[in-house]
Amino acid sequence: MLIKDVFVQSNQKIAENTFLLKVNAEEYIPYVKPGQFFNIKVNNNSYPLLRRPFSISDVEGDSILFMYKVVGEGTRILANKVVGDQINILGPLGNQFSINESSNHVILIGGGIGIAPFPYLIKQLPNSVKYSVLFGVRTEKEVHSYGLKNILYSSDDGTVGIKGNTIELLDIHLKQIAEKDVKIFACGPNPMLKALQEYTNNKNIECEVSMESAMACGFGICQGCPIENKDNNYKLICKDGPVFNIRDIMI
Amino acid sequence: MSVDLSVNIGSLKLKNPILLASGTVGYGNEISEFVDLSKIGGIVTKSISLKPRKGNPPQRIVETSSGMLNAIGLANVGLELFIKEKIPFLKNLGSTLICNIAASSIEEYVECVDILDKEETIKAFEINVSCPNVKEGGLIFGNDVKAVAKITEKVRGKTSKPIIIKLSPNNSNIVDYAKIAKQEGADAVSAINTLVGTSFDIYSKKPKIKNITGGLSGPAIKPVALAKVLEISKEVDIPIIGIGGIMNWKDAVEFMIVGASAFQIGTANFINPKASMEILDGIKKYCQENTISKISDIIRTRKI
Repeated sequence: MLIKDVFVQSNQKIAENTFLLKVNAEEYIPYVKPGQFFNIKVNNNSYPLLRRPFSISDVEGDSILFMYKVVGEGTRILANKVVGDQINILGPLGNQFSINESSNHVILIGGGIGIAPFPYLIKQLPNSVKYSVLFGVRTEKEVHSYGLKNILYSSDDGTVGIKGNTIELLDIHLKQIAEKDVKIFACGPNPMLKALQEYTNNKNIECEVSMESAMACGFGICQGCPIENKDNNYKLICKDGPVFNIRDIMI
Repeated sequence: MSVDLSVNIGSLKLKNPILLASGTVGYGNEISEFVDLSKIGGIVTKSISLKPRKGNPPQRIVETSSGMLNAIGLANVGLELFIKEKIPFLKNLGSTLICNIAASSIEEYVECVDILDKEETIKAFEINVSCPNVKEGGLIFGNDVKAVAKITEKVRGKTSKPIIIKLSPNNSNIVDYAKIAKQEGADAVSAINTLVGTSFDIYSKKPKIKNITGGLSGPAIKPVALAKVLEISKEVDIPIIGIGGIMNWKDAVEFMIVGASAFQIGTANFINPKASMEILDGIKKYCQENTISKISDIIRTRKI
């Protein structure tokens, strides 16, 4: 866990309202794991006051990349950053996707900007593992393929891939690949993850999800990001997560 | 030039006036990755209650203009686990430990202090009579002068360690509470706890935090906190620990000049976990540049 000012190396628009920010972060590189995140201060003043959590999207040489969608004041400021600007990053934070247990086929499911952590996860998958990416969007304009391969799309309006949601896409895909030994990694809006929980529980499929929450600190002191586990206790998304086995939590 | 940064809060001696506020540093372990806790005046624990508290359901926090609302709901491990698991770590920090206590009844405050008084690591108690986010206890007491009097009196009977009463700004006259705290034997007051606030989503028309209201903290509340410290300082002869929106050393010095003998860093820890170390450097430098040999000399030096 380090806190440092880093320089923006690029900040590129890759889809509608979606950007890819690259920062020079040499000192962090040995420590970053897929599924972890950074808490980023986008400005030097108190408006907005808090840091913003972003998952690690990719690592390239001495640089870390963050994929983000512009939704509010913080991400709007971030989208205006140009090469050479400084931001302050705190991390790496949280746990990671467990990719050491081998499965024959890995399925990555991203709902909207929930696709963000997967480029780096894909890089860390053993070569022997087959994988596919299920990318759910509202409309074709949100589509990109940064760091992704073997992509299947679903869209709310039918402009790309199947018209429907990622769970419907998953159901079709599982029938197509006819593989028993599957592991799913997923990230996206809570309604999607809730539906996925029901689906994977019924079919008894291994699944890990990366959860999202409003948070202040990102390392366990503010207690602002609880999630209830199956024993009705609260865990913190920032510290005990953000990655959880889908069976262990209440979504 | 060497500067004496030590301050006294009644009989409690602190190596410097910097305290980390309750509920913003847990039990010290996470923040110790960023801060050498042996260098700061002390840490105030997350509120401890007799039994563990699960806390409020999410969403617990939301950002507001230059501030944030929280409704954590006093989530804590409870007294037994605190003694068993947290005190051993806190013992070795080399920092002064102030234990913050929350309760739902006067008897619970008394029982907590009675049990914790035996722990040598705890150097003082901060009594939370002003949490705005729980249904029982907390602000119910903070808004009742008689209850604050009773709590202070009863707790005083159980410990000879310094007692600090943490005051609420959510009442009509904070001075009445400071007066009663002094009268019943408190050594100091800390001011202020968070201000009750809320925030709504204009599309869903629902409150942004599940508890509906939360406690406002951060730079947005600093002027209010300063005014409360000023009021108490004018009317009551009791050491004041200033709290509210301190983000940097200038804010800290301002609190001391207005009337605080020490101060607590709260929300700033979330944004810049090293804030307390930077404030330590800043206040030292301020004293050196202004040829102040003892920081306690700036307390209450306001010119009105």
